[in-house]
Amino acid sequence: MMRGSLTYDRVLNTLAAWALAILWILPLAYAVWTAIHPAAYEARFVLTAPLTFENFQRAWAAAPFARYFLNTTLLVSLILACQFFLCTLAAYAFARFEFPGRGLLFTLVLLQLLVMPDILIVENYQTMRLLDLVDTIPAIALPYVASGFGIFLLRQTFLTVPRELDEAARVEGSSALGILWRVYIPLAKPTYLAYGLVSVSHHWNNFLWPLIVTNSEETRPVTVGLSVFSAIDSGIDWSVINAATLMTSGPLLIAFLLFQRQFVQSFMRAGIK
Amino acid sequence: MRAWKLKRDWVTGWLLLLPAMVFLFAFTHIPAVNSLINSFYSTPRGKRAAKFIGLDNYERMIGDPVFWKVLGNNLWFAMGTIPASVGLALVMALWVNGRLPGRGFARMAFFTPTVLPLIAVANIWLFFYTPGFGLFDQLFGGLFGWSSTNWLGSPDTALNAVIVVTIWKEAGFFMIFYLAALQAMPVSLVEAARVEGANGWTIFWRITFPLLMPTTLFVSINAVINSFRLVDHIFILTDGGPDNASAVLLFYIYEIAFKFWETGYAATLTVALLVLLCLLAIGQFFLFDRKVHYK
Repeated sequence: MMRGSLTYDRVLNTLAAWALAILWILPLAYAVWTAIHPAAYEARFVLTAPLTFENFQRAWAAAPFARYFLNTTLLVSLILACQFFLCTLAAYAFARFEFPGRGLLFTLVLLQLLVMPDILIVENYQTMRLLDLVDTIPAIALPYVASGFGIFLLRQTFLTVPRELDEAARVEGSSALGILWRVYIPLAKPTYLAYGLVSVSHHWNNFLWPLIVTNSEETRPVTVGLSVFSAIDSGIDWSVINAATLMTSGPLLIAFLLFQRQFVQSFMRAGIK
Repeated sequence: MRAWKLKRDWVTGWLLLLPAMVFLFAFTHIPAVNSLINSFYSTPRGKRAAKFIGLDNYERMIGDPVFWKVLGNNLWFAMGTIPASVGLALVMALWVNGRLPGRGFARMAFFTPTVLPLIAVANIWLFFYTPGFGLFDQLFGGLFGWSSTNWLGSPDTALNAVIVVTIWKEAGFFMIFYLAALQAMPVSLVEAARVEGANGWTIFWRITFPLLMPTTLFVSINAVINSFRLVDHIFILTDGGPDNASAVLLFYIYEIAFKFWETGYAATLTVALLVLLCLLAIGQFFLFDRKVHYK
């Protein structure tokens, strides 16, 4: 009786889980279907439908996607490099130094988790105009380089480094920066990987701020490029739009499918406080 | 000697913090304060500088029917997305964490929307919603013989259609946090309860769920922030329409600031958004505080 109800429960759970999983993957599967088949098969699902690569070629030719990809790559690299640099120094200060104002400053850092730059678009645009940076890639990056989330995450990691290692290096005559470089950063590698993946995927996908602050092909990242491309409703096929959509998310998606375990674990690590 | 070391610690700490703080203040704290200041000023136009107008902008906001409309939409959007995505995330995490056959596939399926840009997601869903030959119309038309529905074009369904996309995008992301918490949970507790003869439901409600409370708090705060921050898909799906039926607060701020270039009024709306966010975060913290069991 007990066993019977247990297995019944499990079968039901398994079925429900599968149903939800299929429902969840359906939109993407559908986008893939339309992208690799001719437009005539947009809503006709027959296994014999001929495969084609033409939709991707047409999308690639219809808009300067190569430039957009270059812009996005520059953007996420710039953000990541600055974030690693700034957040590491700040996290080290919060984790291992006593100084007046530490508590207050840390609260101000945490406040950024609530009051994100994403919301302060009006004022940040004025600042960029003042700095004469509108329509440049640094303008897209600057509001995000001092990341409260990054500082918090690295501080938590640095706090777990045993004091003894720190002291030992100090006795050997290392400076504060030397200790950071030789002791703390190597021990925090998994956190850097986790934070890096989260940051890259976040900024690859970011849209609103780049939309506001860019207005030319030379600076637009792929997300904005994609929206410009699909907004031209002069009879572009769905299959071409879907091909473009897949193309823009492609690098992240492929990276995710290849390194699925690391991705999920990175996001998990970033989530544990 | 000791005092000297302390002083040196101070200086090192401050110097290490300085670069990050410069950027943090320049692009987060100062803009937030400036929003408040500018909300008392008129929008500068051409050669006319901004001038102090007291509470005029706030009076305009109170009397602006669109503001109340988008505020109501935003609350509906929050209520539609937060419980659904958090609840689904928990269920997904329990499934993926258990002995589910094919759980690798399930985990991938749930998590994939997280790595897609919201703007790309909107493009895919736009086709589903298209009246006539979109997937939903074909599906419902074929199954139930429903007539064609303009999901995104009608004021009654536009916002809900946007909500569905948001839930689909967010749930897998929140699942990860629950998954992390579940894997860190001591197995002995559940084993002990099972020995005592507790069934699955009792174990979940009495042990697992209470132990997940800190995660639920964390995830809910994230969900609340997201419900005021995620607007990318609206640009593609509905552009806020029809008649602002699917516009939310941040989208309205964008329109006021960058379509009509009324920066003074946009600053006022930003202040309203910031106040709302702070109130919700504080409220949530107190609401959950009593129920959260810290280890």
